[in-house]
Amino acid sequence: MRTIFALISGALFGAGLLVSGMVDTAKVQGWLDVFGDWDPTLAFVMGGAIVPMAIAWQLTRGRKPLAGGEFPPKPEARLGRNLVLGSVLFGMGWGLAGLCPGPSMASLTFNGIGGVVFVGAMALGMFAAPSLRARLDRAVPAE
Amino acid sequence: MEQDWIMGLIGGLLIGLAGAVYLLANGRIMGASGIIGGLVDGSGWSTAKERIAFLGGLILFPAVLLPIYTEVDTHLTNNLWVIAAAGILVGVGTRFANGCTSGHGVCGISRLSLRGIVATVMYILAGGLTVVFFRHMLGVI
Repeated sequence: MRTIFALISGALFGAGLLVSGMVDTAKVQGWLDVFGDWDPTLAFVMGGAIVPMAIAWQLTRGRKPLAGGEFPPKPEARLGRNLVLGSVLFGMGWGLAGLCPGPSMASLTFNGIGGVVFVGAMALGMFAAPSLRARLDRAVPAE
Repeated sequence: MEQDWIMGLIGGLLIGLAGAVYLLANGRIMGASGIIGGLVDGSGWSTAKERIAFLGGLILFPAVLLPIYTEVDTHLTNNLWVIAAAGILVGVGTRFANGCTSGHGVCGISRLSLRGIVATVMYILAGGLTVVFFRHMLGVI
């Protein structure tokens, strides 16, 4: 069951990214480029996505997931260095190519060699991240 | 185009619905970087099946829709160095921050998570400055 639900969720996510135009790097960079020909689409996508998701969070109250287990607890509101540093690095990459993890997957079959290079480089970065993080924590301990 | 925002809204609702299914059915947060990252670094191998199923749907369903959805152009740069640098930054950054646009953005903001809100503000600011710098000052992208 979990596998089927995950497949449905992934398919809906992919359809949403395609329909919304978020697989188009020009729309993402156009939204980030406040000094250029600004494209507001991404704000509508975010707004549209947050509505069903907020309802879903409300529905989790007093219930359990359909396929069993528990709902994820709300994380402690601790910010910390890794959250800020990571988000800045991610934002730089996102701006450079106009791709983030979801759309890079959704467009993998029609994004040419560049799309494959992006996903490969992203996987490499994800693979290296835990040891980079451990090294940084040793050199400059986060409080 | 004028109808872009409507398609954005419809696509956004689908993305939110996808997150709602993943949460209400499987009890998990739909974060693309976390789902991929857990497979890449081994931390999520115990839940590999649902991760792979999710990615299968995410990769293959747009390919199925593509023939009836012909106006797609991704405008990805041809500069493979820029792409590789961007990919590494996205990979390292999302794992340091423990989330990306879907996890921190869509799933985090919708439950008013402080971490999600701060992360989203930071990556939008960094992304905006990066585009302005590399596009308008260096002319690379």
